[in-house]
This record gives sequence, C-alpha cells and structure tokens, in this order.
Amino acid sequence: MTQTKSTPGGRGTLYKGREGMWSWVGHRITGVGIFFFLLVHVLDTSLVRVSPEAYNAVIGAYKHPIMIFGEIGLVGAIVFHAFNGLRIILVDFWKQGTRYHKHMLYAVLILWFVTMAAFSARHLMIFFGGE
Amino acid sequence: MSTATVEQEPASKVDLAESGDGAGAVESFDVTLKVRRYDPERAVDAWWDEWTLTMYGTDRVLDALHKVKWDIDGSLTFRRSCAHGICGSDAMRINGRNRLACKTLLKDLDTSKPITVEAIKGLPVEKDLIVDMEPFFQSYREIMPFLVNNSPAPTAERLQSPEDRERFDDTTKCILCAACTSSCPVFWTDGQYFGPAAIVNAHRFIFDSRDDAGDMRLEVLNDKEGVWRCRTTFNCSDACPRGIEVTKAIQEVKTAILTRSL
Ligand code: HEM
Ligand code: SF4
Ligand code: FES
Repeated sequence: MTQTKSTPGGRGTLYKGREGMWSWVGHRITGVGIFFFLLVHVLDTSLVRVSPEAYNAVIGAYKHPIMIFGEIGLVGAIVFHAFNGLRIILVDFWKQGTRYHKHMLYAVLILWFVTMAAFSARHLMIFFGGE
Repeated sequence: MSTATVEQEPASKVDLAESGDGAGAVESFDVTLKVRRYDPERAVDAWWDEWTLTMYGTDRVLDALHKVKWDIDGSLTFRRSCAHGICGSDAMRINGRNRLACKTLLKDLDTSKPITVEAIKGLPVEKDLIVDMEPFFQSYREIMPFLVNNSPAPTAERLQSPEDRERFDDTTKCILCAACTSSCPVFWTDGQYFGPAAIVNAHRFIFDSRDDAGDMRLEVLNDKEGVWRCRTTFNCSDACPRGIEVTKAIQEVKTAILTRSL
C-alpha cells in the first residue's frame, strides 16, 4: 500500500474503442486513400492531352511488379470502403441497423475476404501468366 | 399471535456472531492503480503515479481511489458524490474506456496488470481526473432540456398512454455523466459538436407526446455541429453506464430531421 512509481510527462493511452470505432477508422483511411489515388490518377490520365509519350511513360510504371501489390491494395481499400459504406447506410436508415452493426461488420469482412481472394487470384494469374 | 417470539434476537445477528468471520470471507488481492495526474501548480506536463493496494472482491475502482486519497496521497483529485451510479460525477477512462469508477468492480478487470485511470477526453483537464464540464453543459442547455407545452396547464397531470411513454423511455435514463460525449472521436477533434449526451436529452423531449418544442430542437440539431457530425462509431453506446442505446437515439433524431423537412 505504497506509492511505487511516478513517471513524468506520461502520455495518455489510446482509447479502446470496439468494432464500431475501428470500422470507422478503416472507412476514413480507405476513403482518404482512394481520394488521393484518384487525384493522382486524374492527373496522370490528363497527361495524354499534354504529351502521349509522357503518358505512356507514366502509365508504363503501372506495369512494374511492385504495382501488382499496389493494385491489390487499392482494390482492397475500395472493396472495404464500398461494402462498409453500404453497412453505414443500413446503420443510418434501417430501424434495427444500430442493433446489428457488429454482425453487419462481420458480414462486410467476410465479403471482403471472399472478393479479395477471388480478385487476387485472378490478378496474380494474369500477371504471372506473362501477358 | 404469540408474544414470546417478539423477544427473540433476529436470526441474522445470531448467525454473524457465531461465524465471526463475516468480513474475512471476502477474498482480498493486490492491485496496482496507475493514475494519470495533472496539476498545473506542480508541473507543466501530466505524469503517471502508481500505487499497489490491497483491495477486496467487493471493491470498485472508486474504493481504490479513496484508499489512495485517504491513506496515501491526499492531493489526488477526482469527483464523486453518490458512489452508486446515479449522480454522474465520476466518469473516467479506466483501462482505456470510459466508465463510472463507482460501477466498475476491480475483480472484473485484469488485476495482473496495472489498472490505468485517466480523465475523460475532449474536455479541458483542470486537475488529475477533474475536467471542465462547462462546454458539455452548454450544449445540454442549448437543446432546451425541459418540457415545453403551450396548452393551458390541466388541473391534474398531463396524461400519456403507456405506448407514448415507452417511445422515449430509453433516453430518460441519462445521468449526464459525459461518458458518451467524451468517448466520441468527433468530439475529441471538434469541441463544438453537440455530442451524444445533448442529442440523447433532446431525444427525450422530441419524442415526448406532451412536448410542443420538438421542431425547435430538431432545428438546433440540424446545425453543422449537430447530429450530422455523428460518424456512428458506437463508442458512446459502448460507454454509457445506463445502457442507453445512444447511437440509436441519434439515428432516430437524424431520421426525424429528414422526414420533417420532406
Ligand atoms: C464505392 C462506392 C462508395 C460507397 C458506397 C461509399 C460510401 C460512403 C459512405 C456511406 C460514407 C459516410 C461515412 C460515415 O457516415 O461515416 C463515406 C465516407 C467517405 N467516403 Fe465513400 N463511398 C464510396 C466511394 C468513395 C470514393 C470513390 C471515395 C474517394 C474519392 C470516397 C471517400 C470517402 C471519404 C473521404 C469519406 C469520409 C470518411 C469519414 O467521414 O469518416 N468514397 N463513403
Ligand atoms: S447518455 Fe449515458 S453516457 Fe451519455 S451522459 Fe447520459 S448516462 Fe452518461
Ligand atoms: S459517484 Fe455518482 S455516479 Fe459514480
């Protein structure tokens, strides 16, 4: 029953939110991520009007093997954002939505996993198939 | 019927005297309490203090705080009044989640690790676990948390059917502890947001059939700092010590604003 320790300048802890909070964090990160991808993508696509050669050079970069994983990541982000976006719409407009938000999140994660397994398999096959 | 039995000692007292170890029967254990302290008169920054205490299976986090304050360090500062989950004074962040210290039993927490206790987030900390609640109550006042009825007062009560009463029953249970509002990530970054507690208390009158100011409250909450700030993280519903379905109440107010303006 004694004071055992005193740590100066201690920072606060992270709030321990549950499914609802982390799904929102994921939704915002993927939303902002997609936004920046589209921003860059609109810019590189518009290059075609400036100089077709420069366009080809930039778009050619997408063929780099590293981009395979970038593309899988991008599709993963979009698929999560889209499925979870539908979940948020149900939470907002379906009367029982707030009571089943966790169940709906698990459904989103299962759908995400299935979609991504199918997409990644096909995407890697096309890439390593040589085309 | 018989006067003889009146003379007897109550059975419970006899039992206690015979067993003689009533208090000893409650198991005791050691816990480490780790509190985030702040005192602008002592240091610029916050710091963490740790104490190891011997507590009992019936003790709550509030009892551990009392033990420190009364027996070890009188400067430890926190609010509490009823100590029984009804006044709403002692919302704090226990092991990273907003809880009432008086409703959180130590034995329900993982006592193998230090139990962390911090002030609730999003409101200015004044000292240790005490925050300035004024911004919270300011939002509460703005939603007009009182019955507005323009018809002449009846001689008896204003009657209401059980169904009409049931409509807002959940939101009558609020004790204004701020556990919900200070668990909201939107409120942490935007202190202007009305926050869940204000919306819960608006809900309590908006859906009361005896009240006439529902439209005014909906107008207040249709503000850019009103219900539309809600991102449905459900932190508020998880934090509410009264078990109010806070996110559901907010959703109902959102829907009411939409259907009203149609
Ligand atoms: C695929 C179809 C899409 C659906 C179904 C969808 C759905 C949603 C929904 C319902 C919200 C509201 C979130 C909330 O209330 O907390 C939202 C937020 C957001 N979306 Fe999307 N969205 C889609 C596509 C996109 C795209 C293409 C972008 C990027 C340009 C994007 C960026 C964002 C951002 C930045 C937010 C804000 C996140 C927040 O406030 O936490 N979304 N989305
Ligand atoms: S709704 Fe619940 S958490 Fe929020 S102030 Fe009221 S009692 Fe506290
Ligand atoms: S001290 Fe009153 S609610 Fe905890």
